[in-house]
Amino acid sequence: MPFFAPGDDPGASFPELLRRTGLAAAHDADLRGAGSLDVPHATTCVALTFADGVVMAGDRRATSGNLISHRSMEKVVPADRFSGVAIAGAAGPAMEMIRLFQLQLEHYEKVEGTALSLEGKANQLSMMVRGNLPAAMQGMVVVPLFAGFDLLRGAGRLWAYDVTGGRYEEREYVATGSGSLHAGTVIKVGYRTAMSRDAAVDLAALALWEAADADSATGGPDALRGIYPVIATVTAEGWQRLDDDDLAQRYEAIAAEVRAR
Amino acid sequence: MSMPFYVAPEQVMKDRADYARKGIARGRALVAVRYDDGIVLVAENTSQTLRKISEIYDRIAFAGVGRYNEFDQLRVAGVRAADLKGYQYSRDDVDARSLANQYAQILGQIFTHEMKPMEVEILVAEVGDGAGRPDQMFHILYDGTVVDETEYAALGGDSEAISARLAESFRSDLDLAEAVRQGAAALGGPERRIDHTDLEVAHLARSNGRRCFRRLDDDDVAAMLGA
Repeated sequence: MPFFAPGDDPGASFPELLRRTGLAAAHDADLRGAGSLDVPHATTCVALTFADGVVMAGDRRATSGNLISHRSMEKVVPADRFSGVAIAGAAGPAMEMIRLFQLQLEHYEKVEGTALSLEGKANQLSMMVRGNLPAAMQGMVVVPLFAGFDLLRGAGRLWAYDVTGGRYEEREYVATGSGSLHAGTVIKVGYRTAMSRDAAVDLAALALWEAADADSATGGPDALRGIYPVIATVTAEGWQRLDDDDLAQRYEAIAAEVRAR
Repeated sequence: MSMPFYVAPEQVMKDRADYARKGIARGRALVAVRYDDGIVLVAENTSQTLRKISEIYDRIAFAGVGRYNEFDQLRVAGVRAADLKGYQYSRDDVDARSLANQYAQILGQIFTHEMKPMEVEILVAEVGDGAGRPDQMFHILYDGTVVDETEYAALGGDSEAISARLAESFRSDLDLAEAVRQGAAALGGPERRIDHTDLEVAHLARSNGRRCFRRLDDDDVAAMLGA
Protein backbone atom coordinates (compact mmCIF):
# COMPACT_ATOMS: atom_id res chain seq x y z
CA MET A 1 0.00 0.00 0.00
CA PRO A 2 1.64 3.26 -1.15
CA PHE A 3 2.47 5.84 1.55
CA PHE A 4 4.15 9.17 0.88
CA ALA A 5 5.71 11.87 3.04
CA PRO A 6 3.67 15.11 3.02
CA GLY A 7 6.11 16.96 0.73
CA ASP A 8 6.34 14.04 -1.67
CA ASP A 9 2.65 13.22 -2.07
CA PRO A 10 1.40 12.77 -5.65
CA GLY A 11 -1.99 14.24 -4.67
CA ALA A 12 -4.94 13.25 -6.82
CA SER A 13 -2.86 12.55 -9.95
CA PHE A 14 -2.92 8.92 -11.04
CA PRO A 15 -0.21 9.21 -13.74
CA GLU A 16 2.08 10.78 -11.13
CA LEU A 17 1.26 7.92 -8.75
CA LEU A 18 2.24 5.45 -11.49
CA ARG A 19 5.58 7.20 -11.87
CA ARG A 20 6.24 7.22 -8.12
CA THR A 21 5.49 3.53 -7.83
CA GLY A 22 7.58 2.62 -10.85
CA LEU A 23 4.65 1.26 -12.89
CA ALA A 24 4.89 3.91 -15.60
CA ALA A 25 7.92 2.32 -17.27
CA ALA A 26 5.83 0.96 -20.13
CA HIS A 27 4.86 4.51 -21.17
CA ASP A 28 8.43 5.67 -21.39
CA ALA A 29 9.40 2.83 -23.71
CA ASP A 30 11.69 3.67 -26.59
CA LEU A 31 9.50 4.19 -29.64
CA ARG A 32 12.18 5.10 -32.17
CA GLY A 33 11.29 3.58 -35.49
CA ALA A 34 7.81 2.65 -34.33
CA GLY A 35 6.35 4.76 -37.14
CA SER A 36 7.36 2.13 -39.66
CA LEU A 37 5.35 -0.57 -37.84
CA ASP A 38 1.99 -1.39 -39.31
CA VAL A 39 -0.14 -0.87 -36.19
CA PRO A 40 -3.93 -0.58 -36.27
CA HIS A 41 -5.28 2.94 -36.71
CA ALA A 42 -8.64 4.20 -35.58
CA THR A 43 -10.48 6.70 -37.69
CA THR A 44 -13.44 9.04 -37.89
CA CYS A 45 -15.16 10.60 -34.87
CA VAL A 46 -17.45 13.63 -34.60
CA ALA A 47 -19.16 15.57 -31.83
CA LEU A 48 -21.73 18.35 -31.98
CA THR A 49 -23.75 20.38 -29.51
CA PHE A 50 -27.55 20.42 -29.43
CA ALA A 51 -30.19 22.02 -27.21
CA ASP A 52 -29.68 19.77 -24.13
CA GLY A 53 -26.03 18.74 -24.45
CA VAL A 54 -23.70 17.06 -26.91
CA VAL A 55 -23.80 14.12 -29.34
CA MET A 56 -20.66 12.05 -29.91
CA ALA A 57 -20.27 9.52 -32.69
CA GLY A 58 -17.55 7.33 -34.11
CA ASP A 59 -17.30 4.53 -36.66
CA ARG A 60 -16.10 1.06 -35.62
CA ARG A 61 -13.29 0.32 -38.06
CA ALA A 62 -9.57 0.06 -37.34
CA THR A 63 -7.16 -0.33 -40.23
CA SER A 64 -3.53 -1.39 -40.66
CA GLY A 65 -2.37 0.01 -43.93
CA ASN A 66 -4.86 -1.20 -46.55
CA LEU A 67 -6.29 -3.98 -44.35
CA ILE A 68 -9.21 -3.84 -41.95
CA SER A 69 -7.84 -5.00 -38.60
CA HIS A 70 -10.96 -4.63 -36.42
CA ARG A 71 -14.60 -4.20 -37.34
CA SER A 72 -16.11 -3.54 -33.95
CA MET A 73 -13.72 -1.26 -32.15
CA GLU A 74 -15.26 1.28 -29.77
CA LYS A 75 -13.56 4.62 -30.17
CA VAL A 76 -16.24 6.67 -28.45
CA VAL A 77 -16.42 5.86 -24.75
CA PRO A 78 -17.69 7.52 -21.60
CA ALA A 79 -14.88 9.22 -19.65
CA ASP A 80 -17.16 9.45 -16.61
CA ARG A 81 -20.88 10.03 -16.04
CA PHE A 82 -20.97 13.48 -17.66
CA SER A 83 -18.34 13.36 -20.37
CA GLY A 84 -17.08 11.23 -23.20
CA VAL A 85 -13.93 10.92 -25.22
CA ALA A 86 -13.44 9.87 -28.83
CA ILE A 87 -10.12 9.00 -30.42
CA ALA A 88 -8.48 8.78 -33.79
CA GLY A 89 -4.93 7.66 -34.47
CA ALA A 90 -2.73 4.74 -33.46
CA ALA A 91 -5.18 2.41 -31.70
CA GLY A 92 -2.82 0.95 -29.07
CA PRO A 93 -1.58 4.17 -27.49
CA ALA A 94 -5.05 5.70 -27.94
CA MET A 95 -6.85 2.94 -26.01
CA GLU A 96 -4.20 3.13 -23.28
CA MET A 97 -4.66 6.90 -23.10
CA ILE A 98 -8.42 6.48 -22.73
CA ARG A 99 -7.98 3.89 -19.99
CA LEU A 100 -5.64 6.16 -18.06
CA PHE A 101 -7.93 9.15 -18.60
CA GLN A 102 -11.02 7.33 -17.30
CA LEU A 103 -9.04 6.08 -14.33
CA GLN A 104 -7.62 9.53 -13.61
CA LEU A 105 -11.11 11.10 -13.50
CA GLU A 106 -12.36 8.41 -11.12
CA HIS A 107 -9.17 8.50 -9.03
CA TYR A 108 -9.43 12.27 -8.64
CA GLU A 109 -13.08 12.02 -7.65
CA LYS A 110 -12.34 9.42 -4.98
CA VAL A 111 -9.23 11.05 -3.52
CA GLU A 112 -10.63 14.59 -3.51
CA GLY A 113 -14.23 13.68 -2.73
CA THR A 114 -15.56 15.81 -5.63
CA ALA A 115 -15.43 15.38 -9.41
CA LEU A 116 -13.24 17.58 -11.62
CA SER A 117 -14.95 20.41 -13.49
CA LEU A 118 -15.50 19.78 -17.22
CA GLU A 119 -12.83 22.35 -18.03
CA GLY A 120 -10.48 20.54 -15.63
CA LYS A 121 -11.12 17.24 -17.39
CA ALA A 122 -10.44 18.79 -20.81
CA ASN A 123 -7.20 20.24 -19.46
CA GLN A 124 -6.18 16.89 -18.00
CA LEU A 125 -6.65 15.19 -21.39
CA SER A 126 -4.60 17.94 -22.99
CA MET A 127 -1.66 17.07 -20.73
CA MET A 128 -1.98 13.39 -21.63
CA VAL A 129 -1.90 14.15 -25.37
CA ARG A 130 1.11 16.40 -24.75
CA GLY A 131 2.78 13.52 -22.88
CA ASN A 132 2.35 11.36 -25.97
CA LEU A 133 4.26 13.83 -28.16
CA PRO A 134 7.53 11.79 -28.25
CA ALA A 135 5.53 8.80 -29.53
CA ALA A 136 3.60 11.03 -31.93
CA MET A 137 6.92 12.20 -33.42
CA GLN A 138 7.58 8.52 -34.22
CA GLY A 139 4.25 8.16 -36.00
CA MET A 140 2.09 7.00 -33.07
CA VAL A 141 -0.25 9.98 -33.32
CA VAL A 142 -3.29 10.15 -31.04
CA VAL A 143 -5.85 12.90 -31.59
CA PRO A 144 -8.87 12.78 -29.28
CA LEU A 145 -12.10 14.74 -29.03
CA PHE A 146 -13.56 15.52 -25.67
CA ALA A 147 -17.17 16.50 -25.00
CA GLY A 148 -19.44 16.60 -22.03
CA PHE A 149 -22.14 18.34 -20.09
CA ASP A 150 -20.84 21.18 -17.92
CA LEU A 151 -22.79 20.96 -14.66
CA LEU A 152 -21.56 24.41 -13.58
CA ARG A 153 -22.78 26.14 -16.76
CA GLY A 154 -25.68 23.82 -17.55
CA ALA A 155 -24.62 23.33 -21.18
CA GLY A 156 -22.87 20.87 -23.47
CA ARG A 157 -19.28 21.78 -24.46
CA LEU A 158 -16.72 20.21 -26.77
CA TRP A 159 -13.02 20.34 -27.44
CA ALA A 160 -10.67 19.31 -30.26
CA TYR A 161 -6.98 18.59 -29.72
CA ASP A 162 -3.84 18.57 -31.82
CA VAL A 163 -0.83 16.25 -31.41
CA THR A 164 1.03 18.74 -29.22
CA GLY A 165 -1.79 18.80 -26.67
CA GLY A 166 -3.24 22.04 -28.04
CA ARG A 167 -6.82 22.32 -26.79
CA TYR A 168 -9.45 24.13 -28.84
CA GLU A 169 -12.97 24.61 -27.58
CA GLU A 170 -15.55 24.69 -30.37
CA ARG A 171 -19.11 26.01 -30.10
CA GLU A 172 -20.86 23.88 -32.71
CA TYR A 173 -19.06 20.75 -33.86
CA VAL A 174 -15.69 19.01 -34.16
CA ALA A 175 -14.44 16.08 -36.25
CA THR A 176 -11.23 14.07 -36.16
CA GLY A 177 -9.61 11.20 -38.05
CA SER A 178 -9.16 10.29 -41.69
CA GLY A 179 -12.80 10.87 -42.64
CA SER A 180 -13.07 14.12 -40.69
CA LEU A 181 -13.13 16.31 -43.79
CA HIS A 182 -16.27 14.63 -45.15
CA ALA A 183 -17.96 14.12 -41.81
CA GLY A 184 -17.20 17.67 -40.74
CA THR A 185 -18.60 19.10 -43.94
CA VAL A 186 -21.88 17.20 -43.57
CA ILE A 187 -22.31 18.56 -40.07
CA LYS A 188 -21.25 22.07 -41.11
CA VAL A 189 -23.99 22.13 -43.76
CA GLY A 190 -26.68 20.51 -41.63
CA TYR A 191 -25.98 22.21 -38.31
CA ARG A 192 -28.69 24.40 -36.75
CA THR A 193 -28.50 26.10 -33.34
CA ALA A 194 -30.40 24.39 -30.49
CA MET A 195 -31.32 21.24 -32.46
CA SER A 196 -33.38 18.50 -30.85
CA ARG A 197 -31.62 15.33 -29.68
CA ASP A 198 -33.23 13.36 -32.47
CA ALA A 199 -32.12 15.75 -35.21
CA ALA A 200 -28.58 15.95 -33.80
CA VAL A 201 -28.26 12.15 -33.66
CA ASP A 202 -29.53 11.87 -37.26
CA LEU A 203 -27.01 14.45 -38.42
CA ALA A 204 -24.13 12.61 -36.69
CA ALA A 205 -25.27 9.31 -38.23
CA LEU A 206 -25.42 10.91 -41.70
CA ALA A 207 -21.95 12.46 -41.23
CA LEU A 208 -20.44 9.02 -40.57
CA TRP A 209 -22.34 7.54 -43.50
CA GLU A 210 -20.89 10.13 -45.89
CA ALA A 211 -17.40 9.74 -44.40
CA ALA A 212 -17.59 5.94 -44.87
CA ASP A 213 -18.78 6.51 -48.42
CA ALA A 214 -15.75 8.59 -49.37
CA ASP A 215 -12.98 7.35 -47.04
CA SER A 216 -11.82 3.72 -47.18
CA ALA A 217 -10.55 3.78 -43.57
CA THR A 218 -13.97 4.69 -42.16
CA GLY A 219 -16.43 1.87 -41.59
CA GLY A 220 -20.08 2.31 -42.51
CA PRO A 221 -23.06 0.62 -40.87
CA ASP A 222 -22.61 -3.16 -41.22
CA ALA A 223 -26.13 -4.61 -41.36
CA LEU A 224 -24.75 -8.04 -42.27
CA ARG A 225 -22.91 -8.39 -38.94
CA GLY A 226 -25.16 -6.04 -36.98
CA ILE A 227 -22.33 -3.58 -36.29
CA TYR A 228 -23.31 0.08 -36.16
CA PRO A 229 -21.33 3.19 -35.22
CA VAL A 230 -21.23 4.19 -31.57
CA ILE A 231 -23.47 7.20 -31.06
CA ALA A 232 -24.10 8.62 -27.60
CA THR A 233 -25.47 11.78 -26.01
CA VAL A 234 -24.31 13.53 -22.86
CA THR A 235 -26.92 15.68 -21.13
CA ALA A 236 -27.87 16.68 -17.58
CA GLU A 237 -29.01 13.05 -17.19
CA GLY A 238 -25.51 11.81 -18.04
CA TRP A 239 -24.08 9.55 -20.73
CA GLN A 240 -26.61 7.64 -22.83
CA ARG A 241 -25.58 5.37 -25.68
CA LEU A 242 -28.10 4.68 -28.44
CA ASP A 243 -28.86 1.02 -28.88
CA ASP A 244 -28.23 -0.85 -32.13
CA ASP A 245 -31.94 -1.30 -32.97
CA ASP A 246 -32.44 2.44 -32.90
CA LEU A 247 -29.34 2.97 -35.07
CA ALA A 248 -30.43 0.23 -37.50
CA GLN A 249 -33.68 2.15 -38.10
CA ARG A 250 -31.89 5.46 -38.56
CA TYR A 251 -29.46 3.96 -41.09
CA GLU A 252 -32.30 2.31 -43.00
CA ALA A 253 -33.93 5.71 -43.26
CA ILE A 254 -30.66 7.22 -44.52
CA ALA A 255 -30.26 4.37 -47.06
CA ALA A 256 -33.81 4.90 -48.29
CA GLU A 257 -33.19 8.62 -48.67
CA VAL A 258 -29.95 7.99 -50.58
CA ARG A 259 -31.70 5.52 -52.91
CA ALA A 260 -34.37 8.10 -53.69
CA ARG A 261 -31.81 10.80 -54.61
CA MET B 1 26.57 8.31 29.73
CA SER B 2 22.98 8.09 30.87
CA MET B 3 21.30 4.71 31.17
CA PRO B 4 17.84 4.42 29.60
CA PHE B 5 15.17 3.20 31.99
CA TYR B 6 14.11 -0.37 31.41
CA VAL B 7 10.41 -0.67 30.61
CA ALA B 8 8.91 -4.11 30.13
CA PRO B 9 7.58 -4.68 26.58
CA GLU B 10 4.20 -5.68 28.05
CA GLN B 11 4.01 -2.28 29.69
CA VAL B 12 4.97 -0.44 26.48
CA MET B 13 2.29 -2.25 24.48
CA LYS B 14 -0.32 -1.72 27.17
CA ASP B 15 0.44 2.00 27.39
CA ARG B 16 0.21 2.39 23.63
CA ALA B 17 -3.04 0.44 23.45
CA ASP B 18 -4.55 2.53 26.26
CA TYR B 19 -3.46 5.71 24.51
CA ALA B 20 -5.03 4.61 21.20
CA ARG B 21 -8.23 3.40 22.84
CA LYS B 22 -8.67 6.68 24.70
CA GLY B 23 -8.25 8.65 21.49
CA ILE B 24 -10.79 6.47 19.66
CA ALA B 25 -13.31 6.55 22.53
CA ARG B 26 -13.41 10.36 22.38
CA GLY B 27 -14.85 10.30 18.84
CA ARG B 28 -18.33 9.32 17.70
CA ALA B 29 -19.14 5.81 16.56
CA LEU B 30 -20.31 4.28 13.29
CA VAL B 31 -22.05 1.09 12.25
CA ALA B 32 -22.32 -1.03 9.13
CA VAL B 33 -25.39 -3.22 8.59
CA ARG B 34 -26.09 -5.72 5.82
CA TYR B 35 -29.44 -5.41 4.07
CA ASP B 36 -31.14 -7.16 1.16
CA ASP B 37 -29.32 -5.23 -1.60
CA GLY B 38 -25.92 -4.70 0.02
CA ILE B 39 -24.33 -2.97 3.00
CA VAL B 40 -25.31 0.36 4.55
CA LEU B 41 -22.91 2.43 6.65
CA VAL B 42 -24.27 4.89 9.21
CA ALA B 43 -22.00 7.28 11.10
CA GLU B 44 -22.70 9.91 13.70
CA ASN B 45 -20.97 12.93 12.16
CA THR B 46 -21.88 16.57 12.78
CA SER B 47 -19.70 17.75 9.90
CA GLN B 48 -21.26 18.01 6.45
CA THR B 49 -17.89 18.11 4.70
CA LEU B 50 -15.36 15.98 6.60
CA ARG B 51 -16.38 12.45 5.73
CA LYS B 52 -15.97 9.28 7.74
CA ILE B 53 -17.37 7.02 5.02
CA SER B 54 -16.08 6.96 1.46
CA GLU B 55 -15.62 5.00 -1.73
CA ILE B 56 -12.49 2.96 -2.35
CA TYR B 57 -13.39 0.97 -5.46
CA ASP B 58 -16.29 -0.41 -7.49
CA ARG B 59 -17.62 -2.66 -4.73
CA ILE B 60 -15.57 -1.49 -1.75
CA ALA B 61 -16.18 1.22 0.84
CA PHE B 62 -14.04 2.57 3.66
CA ALA B 63 -15.14 3.91 7.03
CA GLY B 64 -13.01 5.23 9.85
CA VAL B 65 -13.40 6.55 13.38
CA GLY B 66 -10.90 8.33 15.61
CA ARG B 67 -8.46 10.96 14.41
CA TYR B 68 -9.61 12.37 11.10
CA ASN B 69 -6.18 13.10 9.60
CA GLU B 70 -4.98 9.60 10.37
CA PHE B 71 -7.87 7.62 8.91
CA ASP B 72 -8.05 9.98 5.93
CA GLN B 73 -4.42 9.17 5.19
CA LEU B 74 -5.34 5.47 5.29
CA ARG B 75 -8.36 6.09 3.04
CA VAL B 76 -6.25 7.78 0.35
CA ALA B 77 -3.65 5.01 0.56
CA GLY B 78 -6.46 2.49 0.05
CA VAL B 79 -7.82 4.31 -3.02
CA ARG B 80 -4.31 4.37 -4.47
CA ALA B 81 -3.63 0.71 -3.77
CA ALA B 82 -6.98 -0.32 -5.28
CA ASP B 83 -6.64 1.86 -8.40
CA LEU B 84 -3.07 0.68 -8.97
CA LYS B 85 -4.07 -2.95 -8.65
CA GLY B 86 -7.06 -2.51 -10.95
CA TYR B 87 -4.87 -0.76 -13.52
CA GLN B 88 -2.09 -3.32 -13.35
CA TYR B 89 -4.30 -6.43 -13.39
CA SER B 90 -8.08 -6.19 -13.75
CA ARG B 91 -10.95 -4.50 -11.94
CA ASP B 92 -12.12 -7.95 -10.80
CA ASP B 93 -8.84 -8.58 -8.98
CA VAL B 94 -9.37 -5.79 -6.45
CA ASP B 95 -10.81 -7.24 -3.25
CA ALA B 96 -11.48 -6.15 0.32
CA ARG B 97 -9.54 -8.96 1.96
CA SER B 98 -6.27 -7.99 0.33
CA LEU B 99 -6.84 -4.31 1.22
CA ALA B 100 -7.71 -5.25 4.81
CA ASN B 101 -4.48 -7.25 5.10
CA GLN B 102 -2.46 -4.32 3.81
CA TYR B 103 -4.14 -1.98 6.29
CA ALA B 104 -3.44 -4.47 9.09
CA GLN B 105 0.23 -4.59 8.11
CA ILE B 106 0.54 -0.81 8.23
CA LEU B 107 -1.34 -0.36 11.49
CA GLY B 108 0.59 -3.21 13.13
CA GLN B 109 3.89 -1.77 11.95
CA ILE B 110 3.07 1.70 13.25
CA PHE B 111 1.77 0.31 16.55
CA THR B 112 4.98 -1.55 17.38
CA HIS B 113 7.61 0.68 15.78
CA GLU B 114 6.46 4.27 16.06
CA MET B 115 6.30 6.49 19.13
CA LYS B 116 2.59 7.04 18.74
CA PRO B 117 0.08 4.46 17.49
CA MET B 118 -2.66 5.58 15.10
CA GLU B 119 -5.81 6.46 17.04
CA VAL B 120 -8.15 4.90 14.52
CA GLU B 121 -10.41 1.97 13.86
CA ILE B 122 -11.36 1.29 10.27
CA LEU B 123 -13.81 -0.84 8.35
CA VAL B 124 -13.33 -2.16 4.82
CA ALA B 125 -16.63 -3.39 3.39
CA GLU B 126 -17.15 -5.17 0.08
CA VAL B 127 -20.53 -5.91 -1.43
CA GLY B 128 -20.79 -9.25 -3.21
CA ASP B 129 -22.21 -9.72 -6.70
CA GLY B 130 -25.13 -11.81 -5.53
CA ALA B 131 -23.58 -14.85 -7.23
CA GLY B 132 -20.12 -16.16 -6.31
CA ARG B 133 -18.63 -13.33 -4.29
CA PRO B 134 -20.10 -12.88 -0.80
CA ASP B 135 -20.52 -9.63 1.16
CA GLN B 136 -17.46 -9.05 3.34
CA MET B 137 -16.66 -6.69 6.21
CA PHE B 138 -13.26 -6.36 7.85
CA HIS B 139 -12.93 -4.39 11.06
CA ILE B 140 -9.30 -3.37 11.66
CA LEU B 141 -8.12 -2.06 15.03
CA TYR B 142 -5.38 0.44 15.90
CA ASP B 143 -2.84 -2.38 16.51
CA GLY B 144 -3.48 -4.20 13.25
CA THR B 145 -5.92 -6.79 14.61
CA VAL B 146 -8.35 -7.83 11.87
CA VAL B 147 -11.86 -8.98 12.75
CA ASP B 148 -14.03 -10.52 10.06
CA GLU B 149 -17.66 -9.39 10.61
CA THR B 150 -20.57 -11.18 8.98
CA GLU B 151 -23.87 -9.33 9.56
CA TYR B 152 -23.09 -5.96 11.14
CA ALA B 153 -20.16 -4.08 12.65
CA ALA B 154 -19.77 -1.27 15.17
CA LEU B 155 -16.67 0.93 15.42
CA GLY B 156 -15.54 3.61 17.85
CA GLY B 157 -16.37 4.65 21.39
CA ASP B 158 -18.97 2.50 23.11
CA SER B 159 -18.90 0.00 20.24
CA GLU B 160 -19.65 -2.96 22.52
CA ALA B 161 -22.96 -1.49 23.67
CA ILE B 162 -23.85 -0.50 20.10
CA SER B 163 -22.99 -3.98 18.87
CA ALA B 164 -25.21 -5.51 21.55
CA ARG B 165 -28.13 -3.30 20.47
CA LEU B 166 -27.62 -4.31 16.84
CA ALA B 167 -27.48 -7.98 17.82
CA GLU B 168 -30.97 -7.62 19.31
CA SER B 169 -32.61 -5.91 16.36
CA PHE B 170 -30.76 -7.39 13.34
CA ARG B 171 -32.60 -9.66 10.88
CA SER B 172 -31.19 -11.06 7.66
CA ASP B 173 -33.97 -9.65 5.43
CA LEU B 174 -33.80 -5.92 6.24
CA ASP B 175 -34.52 -3.38 3.52
CA LEU B 176 -32.46 -0.18 3.20
CA ALA B 177 -34.74 2.06 5.28
CA GLU B 178 -35.03 -0.51 8.08
CA ALA B 179 -31.27 -0.98 8.13
CA VAL B 180 -30.72 2.80 8.37
CA ARG B 181 -33.29 3.04 11.19
CA GLN B 182 -31.65 0.20 13.11
CA GLY B 183 -28.20 1.69 12.63
CA ALA B 184 -29.33 5.13 13.83
CA ALA B 185 -31.19 3.64 16.81
CA ALA B 186 -28.18 1.52 17.79
CA LEU B 187 -25.86 4.55 17.61
CA GLY B 188 -28.19 6.68 19.71
CA GLY B 189 -29.11 4.13 22.35
CA PRO B 190 -32.28 4.05 24.45
CA GLU B 191 -32.04 7.63 25.75
CA ARG B 192 -30.87 9.55 22.74
CA ARG B 193 -32.31 10.14 19.30
CA ILE B 194 -29.74 11.40 16.77
CA ASP B 195 -30.97 14.14 14.47
CA HIS B 196 -30.85 13.16 10.77
CA THR B 197 -28.54 16.11 9.99
CA ASP B 198 -25.96 14.60 12.38
CA LEU B 199 -25.90 11.31 10.48
CA GLU B 200 -23.67 10.47 7.56
CA VAL B 201 -25.16 7.61 5.58
CA ALA B 202 -23.84 5.82 2.50
CA HIS B 203 -24.46 2.40 1.00
CA LEU B 204 -22.93 -0.17 -1.28
CA ALA B 205 -25.80 -1.54 -3.34
CA ARG B 206 -25.56 -4.39 -5.84
CA SER B 207 -28.17 -2.68 -8.04
CA ASN B 208 -26.10 0.52 -8.49
CA GLY B 209 -24.12 -0.72 -11.49
CA ARG B 210 -20.33 -0.82 -11.67
CA ARG B 211 -19.71 1.72 -8.93
CA CYS B 212 -21.89 0.45 -6.08
CA PHE B 213 -21.16 3.28 -3.63
CA ARG B 214 -23.77 6.04 -3.13
CA ARG B 215 -24.23 8.64 -0.43
CA LEU B 216 -27.70 9.32 0.90
CA ASP B 217 -28.45 13.02 1.39
CA ASP B 218 -30.20 14.56 4.40
CA ASP B 219 -33.64 14.39 2.79
CA ASP B 220 -33.28 10.68 2.00
CA VAL B 221 -32.15 9.96 5.54
CA ALA B 222 -34.96 12.07 7.04
CA ALA B 223 -37.51 10.16 4.95
CA MET B 224 -36.09 6.81 6.05
CA LEU B 225 -36.08 7.78 9.71
CA GLY B 226 -39.61 9.10 9.39
CA ALA B 227 -38.48 12.46 10.77
